Amino acid sequence: MTNRFADAPGIDVAEPVHFQFDNRTYVGYLGDTLASALLANNVRLIGRSFKYHRPRGVFSDGSDEPNALVTVLREGHPEPNTRATEIELYDGLKAWSQNAWPSLRFDLLAVNDWLSKFLTAGFYYKTFMWPARFWEAVYEPMIRRAAGIGRLSDTPDPSVYDKGYLHPDVLVIGAGLAGLVCSLQLAKGGQRVLLVDEHARFGGRLLFSANAKLRPWLDALVEEVLKHPNIQRLIRTVVFGSYDHGVYGAITRNTEHQAADPGVLPKQTYWTISAGHTILATGALTRSIAFPNNDRPGIMTMSAIEAYAVYYGALKGSSVALFISHEEGRRTALRLHALGVNIKAVIDTRSEALPLTEFPYFTGSQVVNTSGRLGLTGIQVRSSDGTFQWINVDYLGISGGYNPTIQLTCHQGAKPKWDLSIEAFRAADNRPDDQRCIGGADGAFGLGDCWQSAIHAAEAILGQSLHLVNPFNESEPLALQSEYVIYGHGPTFVDMQNDVTIKDIQLSHQEGMSSVEHVKRYTTLGMATDQGKHSNVLGLAALAQATGQSIAETGTTLSRPPYTGVSIGALAGQYRDLDFKPTRLTPSHQAATARHASFVEVGNWLRAQWFPLPHEKYWRETVDREVIAVRRNVGVCDVTTLGKIDVQGEDAAAFLNHVYANGFLKLPVGKTRYGLMLREDGIVMDDGTAARLSETQFVVTTTTANAVPVYRHMEYVRQCLCPKMDVHLISTTEAWAQFAVAGPRSRELIARLVACDVSNEVFPFMACAETHLRNGIRARLFRISFSGELAFEIAVPTRVGNAFFEYLLEIGKDLEVTPYGTEALSVLRIEKGHAAGAELNGQTTAKQLGLERIVSQTKDSIGRVLAGRDALQNDTACLVGLQPVTSSDPLVAGAHLVGLGKPIDAAHDLGYVTSVAYSPHCQSMIGLAYLKEGASYRGKRIRAVSLLDHQDIEVDVVSPHFVDPDGERLRV
Amino acid sequence: MRIPHPILGLRDQSEFVYLGDACLLERPDGMQADALQKMTEYAYQRDNCRGLHRELWFHEQGDRAWLVVTRNTVTHEIVKVEFANEVASHD
Repeated sequence: MTNRFADAPGIDVAEPVHFQFDNRTYVGYLGDTLASALLANNVRLIGRSFKYHRPRGVFSDGSDEPNALVTVLREGHPEPNTRATEIELYDGLKAWSQNAWPSLRFDLLAVNDWLSKFLTAGFYYKTFMWPARFWEAVYEPMIRRAAGIGRLSDTPDPSVYDKGYLHPDVLVIGAGLAGLVCSLQLAKGGQRVLLVDEHARFGGRLLFSANAKLRPWLDALVEEVLKHPNIQRLIRTVVFGSYDHGVYGAITRNTEHQAADPGVLPKQTYWTISAGHTILATGALTRSIAFPNNDRPGIMTMSAIEAYAVYYGALKGSSVALFISHEEGRRTALRLHALGVNIKAVIDTRSEALPLTEFPYFTGSQVVNTSGRLGLTGIQVRSSDGTFQWINVDYLGISGGYNPTIQLTCHQGAKPKWDLSIEAFRAADNRPDDQRCIGGADGAFGLGDCWQSAIHAAEAILGQSLHLVNPFNESEPLALQSEYVIYGHGPTFVDMQNDVTIKDIQLSHQEGMSSVEHVKRYTTLGMATDQGKHSNVLGLAALAQATGQSIAETGTTLSRPPYTGVSIGALAGQYRDLDFKPTRLTPSHQAATARHASFVEVGNWLRAQWFPLPHEKYWRETVDREVIAVRRNVGVCDVTTLGKIDVQGEDAAAFLNHVYANGFLKLPVGKTRYGLMLREDGIVMDDGTAARLSETQFVVTTTTANAVPVYRHMEYVRQCLCPKMDVHLISTTEAWAQFAVAGPRSRELIARLVACDVSNEVFPFMACAETHLRNGIRARLFRISFSGELAFEIAVPTRVGNAFFEYLLEIGKDLEVTPYGTEALSVLRIEKGHAAGAELNGQTTAKQLGLERIVSQTKDSIGRVLAGRDALQNDTACLVGLQPVTSSDPLVAGAHLVGLGKPIDAAHDLGYVTSVAYSPHCQSMIGLAYLKEGASYRGKRIRAVSLLDHQDIEVDVVSPHFVDPDGERLRV
Repeated sequence: MRIPHPILGLRDQSEFVYLGDACLLERPDGMQADALQKMTEYAYQRDNCRGLHRELWFHEQGDRAWLVVTRNTVTHEIVKVEFANEVASHD
């Protein structure tokens, strides 16, 4: 215990913690961050920079850190670009430096630093242009290898993430002085407050302050906040984005401060917060000053020096210089000195500042250069009299002013404005009225002003005066005289994470980039993962000096979410892998599983694809058997996934007459009709059947894929276009388990199930009825066919669907009943020439489907008018069947159609194949296709060409109805 | 975004599906002589306005009401929400 100041409030010296950095073991203490522990172990060099591979160390003490990015290993998974300033130390922590090879101290790519004269803004644009073919082959791979910070793991993230929702009256972001005071007053006034802070402890900058007499006051305040029942608290939580209507996004790091994952909490929680009011008590960040060689390890913000020395007790035995331009810097120097920090020198840019006697104090002076290859060894000071001198120091703390942390106020597009009175950007007025800034975020940098602004905000929200006495009556003026850039020899960094220097900004100005937006994109200023928290204002100041404008005239770029990086895993939450979307199971899923069915995803549904028998070795064997079973005997298929919409009301028929292109007014009760639904632009939207169960009730079916959009469309037509009709809709897709029972022996099977007469005379093709099973259970029966065979569809309540499916297969054994899946269903409908999803692809007209004559011209239906426009009417493509000339030739969907002996190019493209299947009926592959002038090609020979599949085969153009073209089997 | 539903109060945008300009409520009569011209304009012509915009949203994960939402396209402020069937009945 030699390397720490005594009584550091942030660490527990009774709890040593062992950790590894770059495979070396060190000791820190409970409460340390990786950054503070490394500094206490005299490790200042932590990484190499992005472009020039310059040695870099810790620059800040929080989420604003641009330099100290490391890779941490957790649960065997490497997480790159983690900020050492935020990693809480735990026993066994393992971290590695990044961007250095072969080692951090000796990095080969540091040669880039020597080449930095050439690697200025726009270097890549200007250099890697010729020869053009070199870009993909040589330049890009080379640049990609050298670029980037850290390396992504190529294995899945093993951690668990979750999502949550919060609805406080007031969201207070930041638990520093302002946030704590405001939360407490709001809570006392009856508001439900959500108080969040990035850190593990409440207190904000006051925790780190060298002003020790404030500590008892802060402790008492925090205790009161922690006890108040109206204040919900989230620590280790960053609010990363502000969205419309008072919605904020936040991430809580639940477990990353602990060694072992306790297994209960997710690693991170992604919160969506809807707040009535939001208070930004986000404080302000110390602003740096740019000067030559200002990036050496050991150079950091003055606030960081304060935090590491006071809160973590580090920097003992090190010499420290401060480079400042305001009175708070002077006061901090005194306090640090009083705590025993070895203040070697204070360089104050202000000529009028009062010097101190406790340590060398340079007024009207600047730091103009630094030394130390792998860490700071000295600073060169230019005194007010123009003389130069070198001072040996280990650390340099900089503060050229303060930047309010107002990024969240920009996310809805409000651009910050430069406020001369605080020499900083302030939140714009045109931001949402439910959002307020207080404390440092509002430019109230002194304690008294900070307290006052918190009280004002609480009073505004509560709508009453609180009559409180400000406990901070001492006036401590800032007396800021901002300093931004000290010009001199050597690289002068404004953006350390992206290695952007003053020279880059001057160069981009010389090359004509005068707007701040251009300079940002040309130099990549502020575009790194720290989003320019430290670099933006310095860069703007440098640009302003180059253009001769003020900072106010130069303006700023707009900060966008996220404030700090958000893991992709946190965005996904639990919605990954199998839980990425819900899985819908068909009613007969259990029975299908018991029969070893293979399943296929259809939207969210899992449908049985085929039902293999033990001796079947190849899926086609199974599917062919199922198809033949339907054509010869009877098969059963679960078709529950097709959308079902119940349409009821006096105007139900008139409504369907408007929605469908064909007529529905005269459909008799007990009959079903095919319905063709068009979009208003005349393209086919969907097709299905509508069964009239009574004068005022229809049951409409949709395709599986369009069940949701069709329901939405029908509600749109009902509510928006036909508001005066007496009609109501409800989706009953999940209420009824529906099965196709298809094949020549289907009537025999159906007759064993239902109580009603299903003879052809009483229940002919397209009949429908509400009926009962023989055991009294409700059922709906439809005589419709997708396979082209004599067929029925029968619907029973979903709860009995699985049992009913089993029962069907049981009582139909003597009829050789066979369960069939979606693949056989598809073969059957292609053989019959029925259009399905592949044909109804959002580009299809009724004419192409050969259904033009059913579009009624005597009524006003959706899509009728525009279906008649020339562009659609002049399209000659129509649905045809294709059969390979050589029966063993394969045919693939997506193949294009070309005439015999014609070149394969767009000009000779005649159409394309939509669906293919092996047809046991034709004993060859068959296909459906859209073919230009299709009618005139009937009986002729063309080619199906798929360059992707290296196929070019001759096919005969035939009727799309390969089976029973006259539809006799349907009607027996 | 949060949409104040006339009955259900503030609802998150994720419960809704957007369709488009509320001018869709004024569908021309498809049986008139100039129907082709009018229907073409109805289906394809839209103003791309800066400021207040009346638009159709469907509360799909809710009560399945179609709503006419008046939204400021610059600020996303929602100034009015009505049931589409009530708006359409008055026309």
